[in-house]
Amino acid sequence: MKREGKIQVWQDYQKEIADDHYFYVRSCIRQNFFPGSEQTFLKILRKELNKDIYENPHHTSCSGIGYHSDIVPFDTIQTIVARQFALMTEAGYKNLAVSCITSFGIYNEIIETWKEFPSELEKVRNFLKKATGREFEIPQNVAHASDIVYKFRQEIAEAGKNRLVNQKTGEPLKIVEHIGCHYSKMFPSKGVGGAEFPHVLVGMIESWGGEVVDYPERRHCCGFGFRQYLVMSNRGYSVSNSRKKFESMEPYKPDAIVSNCPGCPMFLDRWQYVIEEMEGKTYGENGQGIPVLTYEEMAGLVLGYNPWDMGMQMHQTNVEPLLDKMGIKYDPDLKYTRKDGKMIGKPTMVGCRC
Amino acid sequence: MELYQELTKDVRFVEGLKSCMNCGVCTAICPAAEFYDYDPRIIAGIIQSKDEKRIEELLKSETIWYCGECMSCKTRCPRGNTVGLIIMALRALSQELGYFAESEKGRQQLVIKRVIGGNIVTKGYCLLPENLVPELHPEQGPVGEWIYENKEEVYERVGANYKGDGEGALRKIPQESIDEISRIFEITGGFNRFDKIEYFSKKKAESMGFPENGDDYTDYINHTFTTNNGKHNRQ
Repeated sequence: MKREGKIQVWQDYQKEIADDHYFYVRSCIRQNFFPGSEQTFLKILRKELNKDIYENPHHTSCSGIGYHSDIVPFDTIQTIVARQFALMTEAGYKNLAVSCITSFGIYNEIIETWKEFPSELEKVRNFLKKATGREFEIPQNVAHASDIVYKFRQEIAEAGKNRLVNQKTGEPLKIVEHIGCHYSKMFPSKGVGGAEFPHVLVGMIESWGGEVVDYPERRHCCGFGFRQYLVMSNRGYSVSNSRKKFESMEPYKPDAIVSNCPGCPMFLDRWQYVIEEMEGKTYGENGQGIPVLTYEEMAGLVLGYNPWDMGMQMHQTNVEPLLDKMGIKYDPDLKYTRKDGKMIGKPTMVGCRC
Repeated sequence: MELYQELTKDVRFVEGLKSCMNCGVCTAICPAAEFYDYDPRIIAGIIQSKDEKRIEELLKSETIWYCGECMSCKTRCPRGNTVGLIIMALRALSQELGYFAESEKGRQQLVIKRVIGGNIVTKGYCLLPENLVPELHPEQGPVGEWIYENKEEVYERVGANYKGDGEGALRKIPQESIDEISRIFEITGGFNRFDKIEYFSKKKAESMGFPENGDDYTDYINHTFTTNNGKHNRQ
């Protein structure tokens, strides 16, 4: 196919992402496991890109984990989402920036439901008015936070102090990218690159000097499965799905895994530890695990941010092998310190048993 | 009650089942079908048959609780069906009728309601750092235990506003907002579902011989959280 034709085809996989003035909604999972990533995202937007992004302390969970574990009815989550939109409307914003893939899928599902079933929208407007007295407008633009980082990836590259390049060999680092099912499997047109060619993380990796690993189970679920992780006796489902991905990516010797979704990096990080405990198997170099990053952490490393400020000490699988390859200087003595620099104490074990 | 007719009142069911030709692409892509004794193609077939007896069996079965709601089936179905959405409608009806308590996997709804549901209506979050008790979450490993034991210091170090006022990660959500969420649950049927899960679970706990534990049924909760009869997996 000629280049012009290819460009035409790719037009179908583009997504409009607002340029500025975002209303930010946080993620239950990201703020529990990777709170530093949310801080990093806000810092990049406000300090590096000089964008306006507003957070209202009154916004809540979208209740998505409850919805997808089926304890929260559809009417209830629709009305909670409508309340988030009301807070956005009241603050004078029209562009929603969503920290969570589960929430992102839910916002899209609900907005599409309202288009398909206008009676649902009318019902929800009445529910919200009755429950809170609030009214709302539907956002003009819904972006996942990674969409926004993707949009400004070149600016981040230009401001960057580090590259996704092995400083010893000069070779691009090999990065596995994991999109998260609810980013575009449900509504392909809502994600950059759709469901077939998700490009949101690829664009970041390639713009920052890395090389994307293409492997057979690239699009397979991490195994969260909501109730399949929440309940202890179901967790075999979760670890089995992550294991399937690790086995598939292992021959390509990735230097790191970067994830779009808040939950996926936690699972891909923690299940490496569990598999090592259960089977003695590790997937990284020299008996270590494969470092797992959020895309905010990857952007922060490129920009030269301190990994411990970003919360990378909260990973079970050691991130130091990646930092060393990138040539990033860090002080290991500060990894487990408090804000005032005093030692908290160390975990009994970090990484895999190696 | 006509079960099929009840399902058609759920817009997710209307969206999820258009016309299934039983090609099995959903099963091929399904992470649950690879792990559990589960076949989404059969789910679509049973529902499409409108056979009330088979639908009732499904509502009482382990099967409907195997799906992980990843929605991979949505992308691949050549006819635009989504078995994941059908499953969500089935699970809603199963809880409405109390049928969920007839299966080991369905009985887990009580612990999910107590933890996740409790968090949403009292704190405004689905998940809290306090939930990650190491004994219940050994997969979180030594680092997870370190975070749990040093929550305030670790979260402060990485810029969160744990239980603080104002904006920020893990902030305390103002009480007036929690009250609004509660009113939303009241008006939209959220508390009604919670009540049904509690009511049918307690009946089941009593029939299985579990003690009331001061009306909390803690022993029953622990049983449902940890029990796996080993018969769920694909052989």
